[in-house]
Order: sequence, then structure tokens, then C-alpha cells
Amino acid sequence: MVSISSNNQKQQLLSKIATNDGHGENSAYFDGWKAYANDPFHQTENPNGVIQMGLAENQLCFDLIQEWVVNNPKASICTAEGAEDFKDIAIFQDYHGLPKFRQAVARFMEKVRGDRVTFDPDRIVMSGGATGAHETLAFCLADLGDAFLVPTPYYPGFDRDLRWRTGVQLFPVVCDSSNDFKVTIKALEAAYEKAQESNIKIKGLLINNPSNPLGTILDKDTLRDIVSFINSKNIHLVCDEIYAATVFDQPKFISVSEIVEEMIGCNQDLIHIVYSLSKDLGFPGFRVGIVYSYNDTVVNIARKMSSFGLVSTQTQHLLASMLSDEIFIEKFIAESSERLGKRQGMFTKGLAQVGISTLKSNAGLFFWMDLSRLLKEPTFEAELELWRIIINEVKLNVSPGCSFHCSEPGWFRVCFANMDDETMRTALRRIKNFVLQTKGHNNKATINKQCSRKFSKLQISLSFRRMDDFMNSPAHSPMSSPLVRT
Amino acid sequence: MGFESANNNSILSKLAINEEHGENSPYFDGWKAYDNDPFHPLKHPNGVIQMGLAENQLCFDLTEEWIKKNPKASICSTEGIKSFKAIANFQDYHGLPEFRRAIAKFMEKTRGGRVTFDPDRVVMAGGATGANETIIFCLADSGDAFLVPSPYYSAFNRDLRWRTGVELIPIHCESCNNFQITTKAVKEAYENAQKANIKVKGLILTNPSNPLGTTLDEDTLKSLLNFTNQHNIHLVCDEIYTATVFDTPQFVSIAEVLNDNETNYCNKDLVHIVYSLSKDMGLPGFRIGIVYSFNDAVVNCARKMSSFGLISTQTQHFLAAMLSDEKFVANYLAESAKRLAKRHKYFTNGLLEVGIKCLKSNAGLFCWMDLRPLLRESTFDSEMSLWRVIINEVKLNVSPGSSFDCQEPGFFRVCFANMDDETVDIALSRIRRFVGVKRSGDESNAVEKKQQWKKNNLRLSFSKRMYDESVLSPLSSPIPHSPQVR
Repeated sequence: MVSISSNNQKQQLLSKIATNDGHGENSAYFDGWKAYANDPFHQTENPNGVIQMGLAENQLCFDLIQEWVVNNPKASICTAEGAEDFKDIAIFQDYHGLPKFRQAVARFMEKVRGDRVTFDPDRIVMSGGATGAHETLAFCLADLGDAFLVPTPYYPGFDRDLRWRTGVQLFPVVCDSSNDFKVTIKALEAAYEKAQESNIKIKGLLINNPSNPLGTILDKDTLRDIVSFINSKNIHLVCDEIYAATVFDQPKFISVSEIVEEMIGCNQDLIHIVYSLSKDLGFPGFRVGIVYSYNDTVVNIARKMSSFGLVSTQTQHLLASMLSDEIFIEKFIAESSERLGKRQGMFTKGLAQVGISTLKSNAGLFFWMDLSRLLKEPTFEAELELWRIIINEVKLNVSPGCSFHCSEPGWFRVCFANMDDETMRTALRRIKNFVLQTKGHNNKATINKQCSRKFSKLQISLSFRRMDDFMNSPAHSPMSSPLVRT
Repeated sequence: MGFESANNNSILSKLAINEEHGENSPYFDGWKAYDNDPFHPLKHPNGVIQMGLAENQLCFDLTEEWIKKNPKASICSTEGIKSFKAIANFQDYHGLPEFRRAIAKFMEKTRGGRVTFDPDRVVMAGGATGANETIIFCLADSGDAFLVPSPYYSAFNRDLRWRTGVELIPIHCESCNNFQITTKAVKEAYENAQKANIKVKGLILTNPSNPLGTTLDEDTLKSLLNFTNQHNIHLVCDEIYTATVFDTPQFVSIAEVLNDNETNYCNKDLVHIVYSLSKDMGLPGFRIGIVYSFNDAVVNCARKMSSFGLISTQTQHFLAAMLSDEKFVANYLAESAKRLAKRHKYFTNGLLEVGIKCLKSNAGLFCWMDLRPLLRESTFDSEMSLWRVIINEVKLNVSPGSSFDCQEPGFFRVCFANMDDETVDIALSRIRRFVGVKRSGDESNAVEKKQQWKKNNLRLSFSKRMYDESVLSPLSSPIPHSPQVR
């Protein structure tokens, strides 16, 4: 056992950033990851394992992608057909990126928005995934100690991406179920006032549209109001539109870019979009993050910062080809939406059959499930107890609302696009059975017993290396580092 | 300018408006001159030859041959396509295990098998640029400082300082002892920092050296290790040019020194290596940065930070295959060293023929050229004047020593591995002509020339966007547009 003083000494060797919890990975939330990593579901090899439903991945359309790739060998610099481009691509390290990559991304972003706006390829700036994009914008727009307003519930990775190395704060704008968690100007004004009173300098507002974890989109009026709000306060608006092409149902998606193009008197220097191909195309491994700013200086500075996280030119080259194929892209977007809609529908209808309601949503790779009536009491402790049962008994890794800073206990985010149909049916069956059982055995004592037994198992204090060991264990299913965009 | 721009500046962060990215220095005139007038053997034979870019372009034939024989290394080939989905979907910041193993193995091979590297300590970063920034974020707080032997790679000013707020304190090395790092100089720099109340957290060095092309001998490494250990500060060794060693003395890595019985009292928690494949394999576009630390907490923290700049899994997968091919790697390393040696010898001999000496070196993709005899006077102004003549008259983009913080005017770094043999000959003939003209001692000619280049108005004031546009013009040869590439 390492002595305390030696540990302290070790700690002092490192920076404050290295020794604080700003990375966000020490929350109890990771028990779910551990449970999954220890016991991952596999159709044939481990049919009783934990099904991963905490990972917002889009795995429904790889057949289309693979078909395109095989038919377009020149898109790769490592095929016989494409190898002649290898040298030029491998030595190209310009942080402007390959021009055709920027053009293709701009075009793709337009297509995803139904060609209702245009994007300037010269404003496309690369970053290390959306993770890198958010950090870069925080570095560009705010100083240490400044804050961004962010509506709750929100993606837990924001805590790290915007705050950890930048020293910037997040100031929550609480949204609740009374109006389906919609963002209101009233709530924004109230949060802004509160920040002022606490002497916190608000530099901007961060919104995620379509929303993670809600799966909903903002209507035009709300977007307009938001743009007016930030204009009036002269603060920035960062719109994370990473789920833009996951919209599968009405109403259609409205991007902030549409507001920018139509609104007169809007100070464009305040508007910035974060984008990525991790969700819309299902390529999180390729680390394609994009900062798109209407502010020239921000484009310029973000581009200089992109040196810290450029997209591999091998990948730029592949995507430049793929995204320029307009016929393929149109087909892909349409097909992807359809499959997502179908999958979401099956789940939400199946849950409705056993009386589980979900927030009405039309986008995203997940739905927002209401299990509040299954809680022992309306507290976050009860939420976590229920969650541990879901992980250990029902064997589903879902994400508890508190990890998204939800203000009301009982909500869970459930991902549905990272599995095949068979697994989906298994997951649905497990949830239905659990709900029916809980209804039948609504016995406080039983639930208490289950909780305390499981509780002690999960209170393991792991050293960093041991956590890494879990993560390193060869699992046949993709095991992921915590705080991936869940 | 005016209100709008002032307003824009006030809504951005301090980071966004300071000049610490380093790109507004006069050195970029050289880049601009190149971009405006790039050499091409057929299309533009009188253009500026790029000799300011440390790229390794000598062995692409070997890489391309390997690619053609190994289609499974690509997830885009018919042979490799079945891996596409799993690879594109994999976003774990631990990286593909086979990638980490291959990197560790490669690092061992480039050190002649004299040390072993633990794949679990291999952490990814966005190029060496990202690796250097990450290690500083882990080890130092804003306001702390790192010692760095000078002359040093100029982009350290950005990578180590810009977003971290950490300072750099140079350890001046002198030509009188071939720029070797002396204990005296290290102590002096450290003590000066103490007197100025600056907290030194570590020492960072590049070995083999950029811009010198020399390697550190074992004794120097041991004394540096002892020094840092004694003062309980970190030692970061950027070993990015490891496999560019083409002559004796054999490269000694800090990893070897750490293994030595003589130094096993040293605290390993203070030692870290930065690595990359940009130089050794000539793949700067692929953004392969590695942080290798002997300190568990740093490995862990750097790994969490790697989320901001992970390597595309498409690239990880490709390299895992290529670097695991031990036969290929052995042949590549041997051949690369051979070709670099040949090129280095040819170039330095060519310079010697016209009386230009270079620092005796055994590594790197450049040589450290001594043009002190050509200076009008021993000042940095003279160095800059001479440099502008070299760019505009001789039409070679070389890098002046002052850009590397060299304390003695008259030294220039000249890169030789980013061009073919014919271009080397042209560069040499231009230098010969220039030195001949200089030698003829024609005063009036020299004065005329001086007036000529003054007229050429190198201090072009481009708006940032305009500059971007000019570099976005479609050019046939791969032109690095972002300044401050290595």
C-alpha cells in the first residue's frame, strides 16, 4: 500500500490539471462500463452478458459504406489502385487540410440540411473529433474562469471537453419535464441573471441540436429567440450539430446556419458550429471533428490550434472521395434515417406496451426513457439504485439521467443504434420482463435487499492502472474508454 | 479596422488575440516567398526551392511496394474491407492493441533492440505537436517553466507555451564547443530561473537534435538525468528523429540510460519520451504522435487527454500491420539510414567545395550550415539581411538560426531529405553561384543587390483571410501551407 505522503509527493510532481478530477472519469457512472467490460453480451458466446446501451454509436448502415468503399478503391491510398497517391497524401501536413476534403465536408453539411444553406469550405477547420472541436472553441472564446451556459440535461463529456484544460466553467440552464425539457428564453434569462449575481462572466451559450440525451430538435422560433438572446447579451453561441443527419422523423431539422442566413442584424461573429462524422456516418474511430465559425478570427485561430488534432490525411482523402459522391450521400442519408426511425419506433412502441413512456423524439441514436415511477423515492440515490439493478439484474448498460445533470431523477438514456436486430429484440425482452416483474413484485424490502447486495460489489476503489486493465481486457465487442460520446 | 474589429477582439479569449501561436514573426516571409514562387523542375525551374521543411521523402518507394503487397493493411481494399466496420467504430483512447504493440516494437527496433518498451505505456497524441503540448499540460501549471537547450525547434514556443501558459527558459549552447549542452549552462539557466522566482518543472530536449542533427552522448545524457533527478524536475526527451541517425556515434536513448545500473537510483517518474512517425517514416500527414512515460499517473492522464487528438483508427490499423512486419521494418530502417547518409554526404561535400562548413552531424533531415563568414557584421540584422538575399536571390527557403533562438548570428538550418537528386544539384549550383558572387568581393554589386531586395517589399501585409486564400490556390506539388510545420 503506497503511503499517503509518497502519494502526495507523486501528486505534486504533476500539474494541477493532471491531478484534479476535470477529466470526469471518477464518477460512479463508470460502474456500468466496468460491468459491461467484465461481462459483455455476445449472441452465442455470452448470451447472458450485459448489453451495451450506453454508447451512442450508429452501426446501422455499414453495409452501404462498405459497398461504396469496395467499389471505389481509389479513395484509399493503400489499395493497388490508390497507392500512387500515397506519398503526396502522407507528406501533406498543412493545417488547412486537403482542399477537396474541406469542399466535401462543406457539401455534406449542406446536403444534411436539405440544401437549405450553404457552407464555405474556407471556414471548415479540423479538430480531434468533436471532443477537440469543443475544447478548441472554449480556448478561442473564453478565458480561465469564464463560463458557458448549457441547458440540462447535457452530454457528460462537455464537462471535460470545455472545462478540463481550459479552466472555463459550465453554468447549467435547468430544463425539466414539465415542458418536455424544452429550452425557454425565460430559463436562459434566469440563468444569465443568476450568473451575473454570482459574478460569473458568461461568454457564451452551448446548445446541442439535435439534443443528446433527449433526441429532440429545436423549433425555428426557439432558435430565433436563442440567436436574439445571445445577440442582446453579446455572448457567443456554440451549436453542436453532431446529430444533424440522425433526424428520422418530422419535424425536419433546422440548423442555426439557416437562422444566420435569414436573420437581419444578427452578429455573425458570435455564431459557431461544431460538427463531426462520428454519429451521422458512424465513424467515431476516424476522429473527424469540425469547427465551423462565422467569425474570421476564430476560423484563423482555431485553424492554428488544429495542429494539436488534425485529421489524418489518409482519412481526409478517403472521406473527400466518399462525401463528394452526391448520389451515394443522398441515398445514405435517406436510408440511414429510415433505419433509425424504424429501430427507434420498435423500441419505444415495445416499451409503451409495458407502460414505459419515453420522451417523444425524432432524432439521435437513443431515446430518453422515463422510469420515475419505478423509483423507490424521487431521489438520485434511488435512481442510482435502480440503475445498478438494471445493470446487474437486467444486464443492460443504460445511462442514468444524473450523469447528464438532469434535474429530475428517474430518467435514463438508452442507445439503440449500436446493435443488430437480434440483440435489440433481446434487450427489449429483458426490459419488458423487468418492468413486469417490478410491477408484480413491488416490494420495498426485496428491492432493498437486492440493492444492498449489489451496492457493496460495486464500491470498488480502483487504482488508475487497474481501471486500465479492465479497459484493456480483450473483448470481442468494441470496448470503449469512458466519456466517449455516449 | 475600427470599432468592429476592436469589438471582435474583446469578445474572444486572450489566447485568441495574443501572438503566442508564433506565426506573425518575420520568418514567415520565407514561407510566403516559397508559396508565391514554388520551384518545379519543369513548370517553374526558377522558383524557390523548399529547404526549410524537415521531411523525409527518400524511402517512399519501399513503403509503396509494401502497401501493394499487403492489401489487408487497408480497411478499404477487398481483402481488408471486412475490418472496416469494427475499425471505423473503435474509439477507445487506449488505441488498437496491435497498434500499441507495433509502435513499442518499432521503438525497440530503432534503438537496436537495446531497450524494451511496454505497449501499455504507449499513449497517442495529435502528432508530436499534440504530444508535446499534452506532456506539458500533465507536468506543469500555467506560469511554471521548462528549460530547453538552444538552439531548439521554433514551434516549441507554440506547442509548449501557447495554451498551457508555461514558459520556456533556454539553455544557451555555443559554437565554440559545437553547441554541446554543458552542465555549467544547465546550472546557470536553472539558477537564473530560481533567482527570478520562476518555478522550473522540467527540462525538455530533442535528441537527435533539431536543428543541429547531432546526438547526445551517454555521459551528457547521464549528467542531464542526474541533474533533473537531483532537482526533482522532469526530463522530457523528444526522440522524433531516432531513426534518422545515419552515422556513428550510435544513438543512445534516454530509455537506455534509465536502464543502466549506474542510474537506477533515478526516479523514473520524472522521465518521459515524445515520439512520432513523421520523421522516421516520412508520414507527417498521418498525425502519429506518441507520449511514452515511465510515470503511471502521467500515462493515465495523458491517455485521457489523448481524446483531444487520437490517431484515426484507419491509420492505426494500417501502421499496426506495416510496423509489425519485422522484415520490412529492418530493411526500411537500414535503407533509410543509408540513403540519408548518402544525401547528407553529397550535400555537405558540395557545400564544402565552396568553403561552406556545416556542423558535424550524424542524424536528422538537415544540416546546420555556418555562414558566419558571409555576414557583413556579426549581428542578427545581418543574418536576416543575408537570409532575405538567400530567399530572393538564391531562391532557397532555408531557416535562419535566430528562428531557433541561436545566440550567435550566421547559422542556418538547411533541409536536404525532401527533394530528389536533381533538385539537390540545382540547389547546390545556386549556392555555388551565390558564394562565387560574394567571393568576388564586388562591393557595388552587393550594395545594388541589397537595394534590390529592399524594394521587393517582403513585409507584405496580408489580411489573414487573404493569406489563406492565396495558399489555397491549386498547386501541383504538395505545398505545406501552414507555417511552423517541423
